[in-house]
Amino acid sequence: MPVQVNLPTVLRPHAGGERTVAVEGDTVGQVLTALVAQYPGMTGQVIDDSGSLHKFVNVYLNDDDVRYLSGIDTPVAGADQLSILPAVAGGAVPVGASHPR
Amino acid sequence: MLTLPKTVHQQMVAHCLVGLPDEACGLLGGDPATGEAVTCYPTRNLAASAKLYTVDPKEHLRADRDAESHGHSIIGVFHSHTHTEAYPSPTDVAQAPDPDWHYILVSLRDTEPVVRSYRIVDGSIDEEPVRLLSS
Repeated sequence: MPVQVNLPTVLRPHAGGERTVAVEGDTVGQVLTALVAQYPGMTGQVIDDSGSLHKFVNVYLNDDDVRYLSGIDTPVAGADQLSILPAVAGGAVPVGASHPR
Repeated sequence: MLTLPKTVHQQMVAHCLVGLPDEACGLLGGDPATGEAVTCYPTRNLAASAKLYTVDPKEHLRADRDAESHGHSIIGVFHSHTHTEAYPSPTDVAQAPDPDWHYILVSLRDTEPVVRSYRIVDGSIDEEPVRLLSS
């Protein structure tokens, strides 16, 4: 049974503008791999070259960050929702770096 | 252009002041088509640092769901620079997650907080006007 995947705005253009898509898979990794296969424009943005979650992406199974479950091996079922959101971080000039202006 | 109701502007600046001496951060919900923010979502800075910020991912998820449930989206992120001007740092540019977002900097370097907004696309920084609404 397909799992509902909620896409962040930055990935929606790769899925025809859809906010939510249905993707098959028994684990988080299988669902994300199938998602990228279905929408190749997302290649390299969700899963990195080694098959791990991209470090600038957070993935939630329902309300839980999958990094605190079993990562990409976390099992999923038909009623589950996966949500992908960008990791949001930054900050002032790092120590030792030059200022941009 | 970014449009901010005065209340959103005030909440944003207040959250940044309360976060001192660390950087503070949060998200703005609103209409991506018009660039008008409607809701300020103050979030925890997981980095708990005066030089770095990380939006708490769980609070991001909650904010995203709340915005979507009101027919809005997360349209941008704000954070404070405690000792530097309101201009994106190389770290901010390198980690800008979405070219459609507004990147708001609140500088607390001087006596009066300074709020400026930018678009960051493919590493290029463009400042945009900030329009304040009275309501």
